[in-house]
Amino acid sequence: MTDLKDVRVGVVTFPGTLDDRDAARAVKLAGGTPVSLWHDEADLKNVDAVIIPGGFSYGDYLRAGAIAAKAAVMSKVIDAANSEAALPVLGICNGFQILTESHLLPGSMIKNDHRKFICRDQVLRIDTNETSWTSQYEKGQEIVVPLKNQDGQYVADPATLEELEAENRVAFRYVGFNPNGSRNDIAGITNKRGNVVGLMPHPEHAVEPGFGPSSVGSGEDVALRAGADGLGVFTSALQAIINK
Amino acid sequence: MSDKQFNLDTVENAAATPETELPWAELGLKENEFEDIKKLLGRRPTAAELAMYSVMWSEHCSYKSSKIHLKQFGQKVTDEMKKDLMVGIGENAGVLNIGNGWAVTFKIESHNHPSYVEPYQGAATGVGGIVRDIISMGARPVAVMDPLRFGNIDHPDTARVLPGVVSGIGGYGNSLGLPNIGGEVEFDDSYQANPLVNALAVGVMRHEDIRLANASGVGNKVIMFGARTGGDGIGGASVLASESFDDSKPSKRPAVQVGDPFAEKVLIECCLELFKGEVIEGIQDFGAAGISCATSEMASNGEGGMHVDLTKVLLRDPTLTPGEILMSESQERMMAVVTPENLSRFEDIMKKWDVEYSILGEVTDTGRLVIEWDGQVIVDVDPKTVAHDGPTYDRPYARPDWQDRLQADHFVGSEADSERPVGDNLGQAIIDFMGSANMADKSWITNQYDRYVQGNTALSMPDDSGVIRVDEETGAGVALSTDANPRFTYLDPYEGARASLAEAYRNVATVGARPAAVSDCLNFGSPEDPDVMWQFVEAVRGIADGCQELGVPVTGGNVSLYNQTSGKAINPTPVVAMLGVMDDVAARVPSGWSVAEDGQAIYLLGTTRDELDGSEWARYKGHLGGQPPKVDLQHEKTLASVLNVLNRDQMITSAHDVSAGGLAGALAEASLRFGVGARLSLAEVAERDGLDTFTLLFSESLGRVLVSVPHNVEARFKDLVSARGLAVARLGVVDNEINAIEIQGETSISLDKLRESWSSALSSRFGEVAQG
Repeated sequence: MTDLKDVRVGVVTFPGTLDDRDAARAVKLAGGTPVSLWHDEADLKNVDAVIIPGGFSYGDYLRAGAIAAKAAVMSKVIDAANSEAALPVLGICNGFQILTESHLLPGSMIKNDHRKFICRDQVLRIDTNETSWTSQYEKGQEIVVPLKNQDGQYVADPATLEELEAENRVAFRYVGFNPNGSRNDIAGITNKRGNVVGLMPHPEHAVEPGFGPSSVGSGEDVALRAGADGLGVFTSALQAIINK
Repeated sequence: MSDKQFNLDTVENAAATPETELPWAELGLKENEFEDIKKLLGRRPTAAELAMYSVMWSEHCSYKSSKIHLKQFGQKVTDEMKKDLMVGIGENAGVLNIGNGWAVTFKIESHNHPSYVEPYQGAATGVGGIVRDIISMGARPVAVMDPLRFGNIDHPDTARVLPGVVSGIGGYGNSLGLPNIGGEVEFDDSYQANPLVNALAVGVMRHEDIRLANASGVGNKVIMFGARTGGDGIGGASVLASESFDDSKPSKRPAVQVGDPFAEKVLIECCLELFKGEVIEGIQDFGAAGISCATSEMASNGEGGMHVDLTKVLLRDPTLTPGEILMSESQERMMAVVTPENLSRFEDIMKKWDVEYSILGEVTDTGRLVIEWDGQVIVDVDPKTVAHDGPTYDRPYARPDWQDRLQADHFVGSEADSERPVGDNLGQAIIDFMGSANMADKSWITNQYDRYVQGNTALSMPDDSGVIRVDEETGAGVALSTDANPRFTYLDPYEGARASLAEAYRNVATVGARPAAVSDCLNFGSPEDPDVMWQFVEAVRGIADGCQELGVPVTGGNVSLYNQTSGKAINPTPVVAMLGVMDDVAARVPSGWSVAEDGQAIYLLGTTRDELDGSEWARYKGHLGGQPPKVDLQHEKTLASVLNVLNRDQMITSAHDVSAGGLAGALAEASLRFGVGARLSLAEVAERDGLDTFTLLFSESLGRVLVSVPHNVEARFKDLVSARGLAVARLGVVDNEINAIEIQGETSISLDKLRESWSSALSSRFGEVAQG
């Protein structure tokens, strides 16, 4: 593959998914081709990567992400992510919760420590760029993307946290302000092979000047809603696939 | 056969037992109304018919006290005003053509009484209900807004109501994937025990997708789909929303509906797929009065007949009686009319989205709405008599005898006006004032709402309007603002309502949009009180006259009466929602200057008069009396068109409406917007307008906007504005260095101190949350 346009990125829709059209727009703005995947079909339609977008799949009934993890499409996603080809998979917000419920990523999310929904422009640090979804960033680079959730407090047992840190698998870390009480200020993590990444904040809402946050980097102001720091997440995956 | 056995009150039985006592009074009907029902039917109503009439003839559903006045909205519309209106008043929501084949629909509604009884569910289902109105028009909902009014910020009940309302709105709206782009928050003792929770939704569609609520085509199937019917919300419209609260009555909590945003989100996607596939002939949501409303309205809007088998309704609670099923206001339910040929496609879409449905009956040509239970007829009515022929009252109204006394009680010279701050005291006074309940930062509330989802939000709070992109190709979009000034309306209902309209109109123009259409939510006390009824009549006349003068049509809205507790009515609160159109949302400007504007000039458009009555400063000092500011709608039109030109030619970099808190409030907000200060000299403009500095800063004269202007266009800017006859004054420059608002010869206000005061008012009372 040489042309970004030829890269097909699947975007899964569950009942209750909210940010699927936003994720598809982000793929398009990054130069790729978004492909809709339906929760109830065990078919990945030959995509080169998969995004599991945010929302409230199945109404967050039982536990956020718990029912979605058992959906037909997820069995295919899990197999492909674990296969030798190591399909790049990104879970955003509820998608991150689905990835932990699917055991593609360790740990879990519980209610924010302040018990409220929160929407804010959040500074994150890229703590590893050795993943399919962060390769276009510098290690240590700070970016601003919107955060919006009610169940965003990342928790894991001490051994898991230690392992994540030791193996350099914290992909995104909250900087300056921990908005939900997450352990070790963790905003996003990756699996051992770096193809699966999950994060609570929403990079797909910082991809288009005019409709993103009003700051970038470590919080510097830019023109009104001009922040597009999240685009790198999507270009990273497209480049990784092209370079293969 | 149903396995439930009731003592069914059939039509046959009703005809044979005319003397049976019926609980019409308990269901909220007046004796004359009950007599009218008997006359219409030629017999006593059955229990089920009584249930239907009682909800559909309630104030909430029938607008019986208001409709003779609301007619003006239709009468005072010219053809010119209607040229872009594709659907007007009377449908679920009005529809406006915004060009290139795109249409938008928007509407504002109240959910006041339920939100007081049960704040979370009341506010949540308020969002749910207005969103279903938008879906019913064939549109994809794209944003919501919520004007909120609470009692005193320090009253213990406000600490119960406010957090519940806010998390209810967030909990429902966020879960639907709808950005919340604005609204208002007001605290005033007049809303103690009567908070106002209004909800607006806006939707977008292609012209060909517009759908209306009617049941046509004899033999077509009438299908109910979505959530099952339960016992929640029975009597919500008739009992809860159509009566005043009173300590002597039991709690009405069971009358509040319970929402499930997941069911609604699925319903949205499922309905959009039905529209796209052209699978349905007509659609209607179940709102107030549930099945009674949906069947009677759809039947009377179509060919006039419908046959329904009530035992087919899917129930959450199998013990419900037929009357309860007819009245239930369970949420997330829809009704569609489908041709027999399209039935299997309809069923496929239901299956895909895992939505339950049942075929209740079909459209007939009998002119009758017939409802059966186990083969026995329990309702046989002309649907028009239920849906449209409810009572109409011309309630007595008169200018209250206290109005003159109120209007003579001016702020200037009153005890509340005894100490005016000057010099450095003025600076401290502004810092304290900006920390008062109504001036303070509202991000404690708005940070609990998702403003990003859908990726089309170009502007949201705290800017003057919310702006949403509609067309990703061209960037065309809409701006929306909701405004009310209940204190002005209390002082003079006609002028106060026009002032609210003027503010909404100005706010839309301020961000760069052309004001195009109005939806209103009229919140008042009891119509049975002639004083309140006079306020209502005057306010409606004010909005109707004002819309005519401004050339923007009213497309729909809602009336909420009986907002009073133990005899005390709320301040009259006509909330005006204005929708404006933008060719490219990229041109929108924010409400304050940022670092990029360092050194740019700050100008004030419009003149200030000595108008402190009803102002936020007067409220801060505990005063309400006198005359509201003068409304000049011709000036507002000029101002809006000038703002549109300035915006188009990129001659302004920020613009902020001068309203609550006057120029002091506007300057503080514009500086706090991005934390960038300003150096100002107010002497010249004070002299021009013949005012002292204090009056210049706190008067709330209408028709004023604060703008920042780049140096290279200043001369052109001044020429253009002056040529249109607008007063324009250069107040000073944006200054990124001083971190203060410096008013030459008066005071320097530290932005840090100002921010600390402004941002802590809500979090210090309702608990710390992460600020944005």
